[in-house]
Amino acid sequence: MSLNNAMLEKYRNNFLQEVAGNVEQGDWVKMCMQCGVCAGSCPLGDAWEHSPQKIFMMIRANRREQVLSSDSMWMCTSCYHCVVRCPRGLPIPHIMHGLASYAKRLGLAPKSNPTLWFAEVFWNNMLKKGRVNELKLGLSLYFKDGFASGIKQAMAHQKLGINMLKAKRMAPMDMFAGHAIKDIFGLHKMIRKAQEIEAAKLEANSK
Amino acid sequence: MTEVVATNHTILVVGAGISGITAAVEAAETGNNVVLVEKRPYLGGRVSQLYKYFPKLCFPSCGLEINQRRLSAQGGISILTMAEVTAVSGSEGNYSATVKISPRFVNENCTACGACGDVVEAEFDNEHNYGLNKRKGAYLPYNMAKPQRYVIDPRIIGTDDAEKAKAACKYAAIDLDMQEQTIEFKAGAIIWATGWQPYDANKIQPYGYDRYANVITSVEFERMMDKFGPTGGKILRPSDNAEAKDIAFIQCAGSRDRNHLKHCSRICCMATLKQSTYITEQYGVDDADAKGTIYYIDIRSIDRFEDFYRKVQNDPKISFIRSKVANIVQDKDQNPILNGVDTEGYHRYENRHDLVVLAIGMEPSVNKDSFPLEIVINEHGFIEADEANGGIFAAGCASDALDVNRAVQTATAAALRAVQVVNRVAGSEG
Ligand SMILES: Cc1cc2nc3c(=O)[nH]c(=O)nc-3n(C[C@H](O)[C@H](O)[C@H](O)COP(=O)(O)OP(=O)(O)OC[C@H]3O[C@@H](n4cnc5c(N)ncnc54)[C@H](O)[C@@H]3O)c2cc1C
Ligand code: SF4
Ligand code: SF4
Ligand code: SF4
Ligand code: SF4
Repeated sequence: MSLNNAMLEKYRNNFLQEVAGNVEQGDWVKMCMQCGVCAGSCPLGDAWEHSPQKIFMMIRANRREQVLSSDSMWMCTSCYHCVVRCPRGLPIPHIMHGLASYAKRLGLAPKSNPTLWFAEVFWNNMLKKGRVNELKLGLSLYFKDGFASGIKQAMAHQKLGINMLKAKRMAPMDMFAGHAIKDIFGLHKMIRKAQEIEAAKLEANSK
Repeated sequence: MTEVVATNHTILVVGAGISGITAAVEAAETGNNVVLVEKRPYLGGRVSQLYKYFPKLCFPSCGLEINQRRLSAQGGISILTMAEVTAVSGSEGNYSATVKISPRFVNENCTACGACGDVVEAEFDNEHNYGLNKRKGAYLPYNMAKPQRYVIDPRIIGTDDAEKAKAACKYAAIDLDMQEQTIEFKAGAIIWATGWQPYDANKIQPYGYDRYANVITSVEFERMMDKFGPTGGKILRPSDNAEAKDIAFIQCAGSRDRNHLKHCSRICCMATLKQSTYITEQYGVDDADAKGTIYYIDIRSIDRFEDFYRKVQNDPKISFIRSKVANIVQDKDQNPILNGVDTEGYHRYENRHDLVVLAIGMEPSVNKDSFPLEIVINEHGFIEADEANGGIFAAGCASDALDVNRAVQTATAAALRAVQVVNRVAGSEG
């Protein structure tokens, strides 16, 4: 049985409990009093479908599909406007990211979401050498929508790139290899272990 | 020199708000000796700064008047104003209290004729009106203040103003050489009734109380309605003194919030419902521009107050928006604009109003670290009923965020407990 089906089976109609048990910081959701301060404070405004306030209400209302397949959690920029004001002290962006990664794990995350795509590119880039290769990361971002648009994007951000070079935040030779951290194998081992632990936890939870 | 006759049969009451006055009168009516200590130059506490009382919409001055008459008719009560308890030692049945009395510079001869106030030039923020206007350096705290006796502000002592005041007084009531005194006396039991203070609105950064003239607090709004108050009974915008007709109320301003007071202040929903009736009272039902909007998380009108809530709900001039306002900005005319998202439909709003009233939270007036005696308080700073407190009992808002009705109930209860303690002392002495 897929993890998604196992979770569905286990929690039946209690999505709130599923979130509390499996999503990072998810047990905070029940503390939300629906005051609306986070929604009103979020700079994304109307640019996203569901504000955190609404997502938290949807969780209570058992709108499991709608929440997990939503792209809203992927849009949170971690600006912390909401966290500093939430009267109940909910770690809102952490919950949003937790929900996003849970949805991804269950295979329910939206397929063509740019933030999700970028997160993957970022992760793979970082994993290769143990540090972020800004040059390659930037290039893959620019060329995301094809060659022509990529050149245009890169030209537009020329100044930023040159400044990053000057500040030694980006090295031109990184185009070919890029320098890895000392014990890259150690890092890979560590991450594999962490992933194993997490998968096992979810697996156990789903029983 | 002030002297107080007290023994360990005496009951000390600290704070002469409605709770302290009630406790003092009731303890004295059972034949006990009472010393009532008040920090301000006058009695009555914060209800003297309210315009009307919910739920009956009567004037607090009326009830205060009755209580003050009971206070003066009842023998056995010594009253000290401008006095603070600075230390308490001893234990149940045998306390010793140290009280610091600040000089008033005006004695009993004062007839409140006002001549001194007329000649003094220096002005200071008027505390009774929460700084909405100024008062002179020689002043009567407010028109009905008890005692009806002027006060000389210590900040004019040593200036020409002080001499002018003294010269103007025809009754030899001004004594510029009065000194601070410290007295010590015994008490068998203590009633702690120091009340509450409004939470500091400057700390609620997104609402801009410190930046926007037309964002005021609920306690200031009460003062505006008073005919003898800072605006002569008119609801005016501080920015331009224009009549404010479209008024927003923001609930839980500083309460139920981990960044501020964690507790629900309990009275502010009712205070706002009451204040929403001030709008119609001021402008009449036919003024289409006059209206109130209440922004709330949920309305806590407990018990029988539900009827009052229903009445306001049915008032076509008042609307309710279920939302905690996220922030306030102001436009070029200094109109406050409220931003947020409502919970019934998740609609984003951006609403302009003439004036915003913050339903400010209630916190204990004595800071948790500055009690001059050992006492058990809860995490919000209110005094707990705890055996460890011995012969010390809390009354009114020193014990919790309470309305007057409930504050007075706790005052009666505290008086009863204090009386039991001193009776026990008397009994054991035979
Ligand atoms: C906006 C608003 C509107 C309200 N409207 C209503 C209403 O309509 N109806 C209603 O029932 N309630 C209302 N309330 C609540 C009401 O104000 C309180 O219930 C009432 O003031 C409690 O009285 P108290 O004596 O306990 O405290 P206080 O009124 O605070 O009195 C305490 C007294 O102790 C004195 N004191 C403080 N510290 C010391 C010290 N260290 N030494 C000596 N003396 C000290 C103070 O100077 C004061 O005189 C309202 C509250 C607010 C905020
Ligand atoms: S600010 Fe906090 S309590 Fe209010 S709706 Fe958002 S998450 Fe819930
Ligand atoms: S942290 Fe995320 S949810 Fe919170 S205000 Fe910023 S973008 Fe919005
Ligand atoms: S102090 Fe003297 S001048 Fe001032 S009000 Fe009293 S009696 Fe009048
Ligand atoms: S009484 Fe009402 S306004 Fe006051 S803190 Fe409680 S819920 Fe908020």
